[in-house]
Amino acid sequence: MAKRSAPEVNAGSMADIAFLLLIFFLVTTTIETDTGLNRRLPPIDDEKVEPPIIREKNIFTVLINGKDQLMVEDELMELKDLRKAAVEFLDNGGGVDSQGNKCDYCNGKKDPASSDHPDKAIISLKNERETKYGTYISVQNELVAAYNQLRDRRAMDLYGKTLKEMEANYSDVNWVGNKENLKEKIEKIKIEYPQKLSEVQ
Amino acid sequence: MAKFNKKKSGDLPAISTASLPDIVFMLLFFFMVATTMRETTLKIENKLPFADQVEKLDKKDLIMYIYIGKPQEAFQSKYGNESRIQLNDKFAELADIKSFIAAERASKREELVPFLTVALKVDEKANMGLVSDVKQELRKENALKINYTTKKGDISGNVKK
Repeated sequence: MAKRSAPEVNAGSMADIAFLLLIFFLVTTTIETDTGLNRRLPPIDDEKVEPPIIREKNIFTVLINGKDQLMVEDELMELKDLRKAAVEFLDNGGGVDSQGNKCDYCNGKKDPASSDHPDKAIISLKNERETKYGTYISVQNELVAAYNQLRDRRAMDLYGKTLKEMEANYSDVNWVGNKENLKEKIEKIKIEYPQKLSEVQ
Repeated sequence: MAKFNKKKSGDLPAISTASLPDIVFMLLFFFMVATTMRETTLKIENKLPFADQVEKLDKKDLIMYIYIGKPQEAFQSKYGNESRIQLNDKFAELADIKSFIAAERASKREELVPFLTVALKVDEKANMGLVSDVKQELRKENALKINYTTKKGDISGNVKK
């Protein structure tokens, strides 16, 4: 007898079925964005508390106007220079903190006219009603980047790892090591460079 | 010549499409894994800005979403083209945020309420005025944990004008 191939099941319409499913999923789903900048809003105090006296030199004012221009410490600034300026301000360490300790981990210029201590340094972000949200987020991003840069540097100096790596280790279930210890280290760095970013209405 | 013609007919053999279903299934599985079902129908334009210092939001069920942006073209005749707030599936006013937060809180178990986060999904072209109003409203409701939802990317992707 001649060689005969086995009869095949017709799978020609399989592709159509799969395409149908594919198109259904394409239409009904979205790729969800679940990343963002976390912030904490200040609570509203009912009773009038005397606001603490903060010296002018410890405040770094960033103002975004309705034309999306940036004014930093009463001077016009480009967005790309903001991160550096913020780092210089935060890392200045010209004075002492509230307990009277000097900042021994700051690498700044120790300029007496700039911030005293990272613990006291406050960044105040103001915007106008006409400011575009995109610009506002860009500025927030740069300011958060300044904090992250300083924290990473400190973490590198102390533990030879960036803060991001430490946090990744902390949330990683397979990480071998002392998690309590690691948490303390992370907290320590966050206390040394506290994120004091105030969003003024 | 005739010897060959005996076995084969003249037309070209068809290209095998047997692996086409496999390719399509691969695409299908990719989309099934990488996407989630859409929960709310957006009635506004929602082009999120970019940022690179982002943190990941976990615990999806503990997030309240507030959308802000210009109404989509189909709704512009009714709602104008100024930025609006959208809560769940409909346009809302500033005053509705209060009841929205209360409803979301009531739907969660009590011990989870302090962990609720408000994710602000704001169109990059929206004005900060409305966002500030929303933030003020959230402060009044004591919903202080917020997250500016952004796409991961370079900030130069944000609009300048």
